[in-house]
Amino acid sequence: MSTVTLAGTSVELDDDGFLLDARQWNEQIAEEIARANGIEELTDRHWQVVNFMRKSYLETGSAPSIRTLGKASGVPIKELYELLPKGPAKLAAKIGGIPKPRGCI
Amino acid sequence: MSDAIEKVSIIISKGSLEGIYPGLIMANGARMEGIEANVFFTFFGLDAINSAKHDHVKVATVGNPGLHLATWAGGVPGVSALVTHQLAREMEKLDIPPIPEFVEMIADSGAGLYACKASVDLFKLSSEDFIPQVEDIITVGEFYALAGGGQIIFT
Repeated sequence: MSTVTLAGTSVELDDDGFLLDARQWNEQIAEEIARANGIEELTDRHWQVVNFMRKSYLETGSAPSIRTLGKASGVPIKELYELLPKGPAKLAAKIGGIPKPRGCI
Repeated sequence: MSDAIEKVSIIISKGSLEGIYPGLIMANGARMEGIEANVFFTFFGLDAINSAKHDHVKVATVGNPGLHLATWAGGVPGVSALVTHQLAREMEKLDIPPIPEFVEMIADSGAGLYACKASVDLFKLSSEDFIPQVEDIITVGEFYALAGGGQIIFT
């Protein structure tokens, strides 16, 4: 666990860089996390995935599987990996300020 | 992080449901972590990419002590289909896709799917028997070349 300043706000991160408190999140923080993970600019398509992840987590208490992400976010699996090559579900969760997905699928 | 795994090549050699899923889950899981992945289907594992068979893969109910079912009971007609059906229902609850959808998902994730040439020759198959996502039919030597620089997982 560590405390860092992102977009002028002090936030707490876990060891893998995920926000510990989803309520501390805002869009500027998302952009800064994205840049730190090799995504220079969040496009509308990125936002569609990130917002879907965040909304699902806040509504259900868990992040969706990659299967659900591909079916229900409006962004198909192929494009998910183009947008977020280092792991779509994991990165979208990190950028969206929610915990690391625990599912195996 | 210097010893983090960056590439895996997974061999799927069995044709039962419980023989195919672990390799698919490992391959999908690798891609989800941003790890490069290849999947090599050999022997009865080819059923997972065979368009006529991949929707009809069953749990082995005979000679499978993990099921804790008497061998004679496992051999009763319909038992394998019943157990497969029950397992598929439970897997759907966990958002684990059926084999055809799962293999397609893995291909879409950027993993390479390959069929083993020796098995393809043995079973008198050709590329037309496989789903279009299969990139090539390759030899063992070509598989090792593809696997270079990564880990090999045999299932």
